[in-house]
Amino acid sequence: MTWVEVPSGLVSGQELTRPADRLVRVITMKARIDGTMTTVKGRVLVVDDDVALAEMLGIVLRAEGFEAIHCADGAKAIAVFRDSRPDLVLLDLMLPGRDGIDVCRAIRAESGVPIVMLTAKNDTIDVVVGLESGADDYVVKPFKPKELIARVRARLRHNEEAGPQNLAIGDLTIDVAGHTVKRDGQPISLTPLEFDLLVALARKPWQVFTRDVLLADVWGYRHAADTRLVNVHVQRLRSKIEKDPENPLIVITVRGVGYKAGPP
Amino acid sequence: MTKAATPSRHSGIVAAVRGVRAAWRQSLQLRVVSTTLLFSVMVVGLLGALLLARVSAGVVDAKERASVTEGEAGHAEAQGILDAADTGATTPSATQLVDAVATSLAGRAGNSGLYEVLLLSTGPRTGAEAPERGTNLVAESSVPNDLRQQVVAERRIAWTYTELRYLDGRVVPGLAVGSTLSVPGVGLYELYQLFPLTQEQATLDLVRRVLGVIALLLIVGLVALAWLVTRQVVTPVRQAAQTADRLSSGHLQERMTVRGEDDLARLARSFNAMAAGLQEQIRRLESLSRFQQRFVSDVSHELRTPLTTIRMAADVLYEDRDTFDAATSRTAELLQTQLDRFEALLTDLLEISRFDAGAVALDVEPIDLRLLCRRAIEAAQPLADKRSTEIVFEEPESPCVAEADPRRVERIVRNLLVNAIEHGQSRPVTISMAASEHAAAIVVRDHGVGLRPGDASLVFNRFWRADPSRARTLGGTGLGLAISLEDAHLHGGWLEAWGVAGDGSQFRLTLPRIAGTELTSSPVPLEPADGSTRVPLPTRTAPRPSSVPAEPSAQDDAAHAGVAEPVGESRA
Repeated sequence: MTWVEVPSGLVSGQELTRPADRLVRVITMKARIDGTMTTVKGRVLVVDDDVALAEMLGIVLRAEGFEAIHCADGAKAIAVFRDSRPDLVLLDLMLPGRDGIDVCRAIRAESGVPIVMLTAKNDTIDVVVGLESGADDYVVKPFKPKELIARVRARLRHNEEAGPQNLAIGDLTIDVAGHTVKRDGQPISLTPLEFDLLVALARKPWQVFTRDVLLADVWGYRHAADTRLVNVHVQRLRSKIEKDPENPLIVITVRGVGYKAGPP
Repeated sequence: MTKAATPSRHSGIVAAVRGVRAAWRQSLQLRVVSTTLLFSVMVVGLLGALLLARVSAGVVDAKERASVTEGEAGHAEAQGILDAADTGATTPSATQLVDAVATSLAGRAGNSGLYEVLLLSTGPRTGAEAPERGTNLVAESSVPNDLRQQVVAERRIAWTYTELRYLDGRVVPGLAVGSTLSVPGVGLYELYQLFPLTQEQATLDLVRRVLGVIALLLIVGLVALAWLVTRQVVTPVRQAAQTADRLSSGHLQERMTVRGEDDLARLARSFNAMAAGLQEQIRRLESLSRFQQRFVSDVSHELRTPLTTIRMAADVLYEDRDTFDAATSRTAELLQTQLDRFEALLTDLLEISRFDAGAVALDVEPIDLRLLCRRAIEAAQPLADKRSTEIVFEEPESPCVAEADPRRVERIVRNLLVNAIEHGQSRPVTISMAASEHAAAIVVRDHGVGLRPGDASLVFNRFWRADPSRARTLGGTGLGLAISLEDAHLHGGWLEAWGVAGDGSQFRLTLPRIAGTELTSSPVPLEPADGSTRVPLPTRTAPRPSSVPAEPSAQDDAAHAGVAEPVGESRA
């Protein structure tokens, strides 16, 4: 397994392919890790200015079979993201160079890749701003390695639940296998998380989902977690699929309980 | 209310009265003007009445004197005529005599109608033997019977006010002067001279009208004066009130306009000076608070990042402890457990600093408290299992919805549960809830060591221990209940404790069901129903922990369930 640290001057993908232009540090892992290294579970881009934490994250991620790429500078994060095409981004919200929120928006603007925020702040405003800028989930420092890995796994897991492959919710049609949502034949672009959220609601249109149930079904939280995740993502989803997000017809709020699908 | 229920005329009146009373209470100007109106009406009325009385007395007195004098003169003349006729050899007929008297008196009265004359016979009236005369169609009924009786009985001149009635129907106010005449050969006659008061009446009417107009003008003038004067005073006062309102609602730039040098200008100047002082203070506090918030936020970040690395490193070591030698392995364990403790403490400290810095925001939404309690129970279950404590949830059948911040309220309930488990001596912990129209309450009851008298007011203090000599046993940080209390206050809610030593304790969280409304009562009593049936303990004489806001069992660290997980945090 390799721990790849990207030097700050690196911008293009071509350079990445030339070993001389990159700083590659091979960290010798314990035998236990090496034994499991045959398959890579996914590539994770860590954007964090704290080198010690980033390295520690790399160790832990690699121990779990992920490939870790590090970028310490927010200004370069997008370039590294484009070059490395990660399966998931771990993003610190406080970054030098470019604010984590901006990075998050920039990544979200061009990709639906899962983004998990690392934040030292858990004030509502910070968390909500982070989620609204496009993050799928967040972990608050200090977190335990298992907690982080659980979040990463949950976001990378593809929930191929058995069920009808074509669903209807409101005036939308969903092709579950093709991961597409259409209104009147026009595709609507959703992130995988938003897609999962919509599918979860559409599969059981008769059911009112509490936020806790959605946290379990969509985010994979086995214990009660932060319901703001649901609130913010429902808002984001509505802004994409509702004709009038102020008067939603597809994802309907059931006051005091949760959400349900609108009638097809 | 009643108004809507019975939209009758009655309720309309009630509403109007209420409106007037409200206006009366609220408007100084209205009060001053109406008081002025009332008093000026009274004074002017009194003065007018007095004046009118004096004027009419003056006018009427003069008329009276003149009339009586004229009456006496007329009587003398009439009697003179009669006496003269009597001395002659031939006595003229009664008719001649009466006519002569009437003519003579009519001549005295003149054509101007100074007075009317009535000659009436007192004795038996037998046609031509006792002729009666009157001038200008004046009717006999003009003379009141009282006067006639008096005149006849006393045989002297008497007078009274009366109304002059004419045969053609006219009636005018007047004065009747009566006397008796003896007509030779006929007997007693009564002579009445009736003086009409038309002139005086007209004069008095005029005076009354003039007085009325003057009184009206005077009252209007006084009221207008009062209105103007109070306006001069009230307007700046109202402006001051308005400015103060705007100041208190955050518009710190608001100032009063200063005009002139008078007292009101001084008021405005002092007011403005006060506002400037306040603004300055608030600015200082704001910048201090911003600084502190910033500091807490920075400290939080600066501490958490390295702690995360340490945490993860320790975890990796801990996972591999089996491969270490005994001492190193134990070291890894100690590192792990103490990091847990350190982390909990840091989290709680940072949370409470945020409260102190005023950097907390409430994020309310309507939530079903039953779901929230279930989550909190789920979170507390591992500890309960460890302590072999059963958690009994008396869950109501219907939803119990309140507007609250779910994470904060869940944290409160979780802290209460953990606290109850830690001091519950493995006896069951009961959690129940109730709701009224305006408030919802969650109650956590344990049957453990309870609270010593006086401790109820202390349990919410930071780092408080009932028994300082007792070591902290569980991982409580000593801040859990303090944070819970802050959270409850943030909602405008109450967190209170009841407890008796050896009898367990009960904590009650009361929240307004609509965010922002003020609590007046809780749907459940603070003291449990079974609380007073317990065996009285010696300490029982001591005060039942009054409903001091929030106090749990006074166990040493007990109170500190230390579970105050930061509100934003979620752990999978």
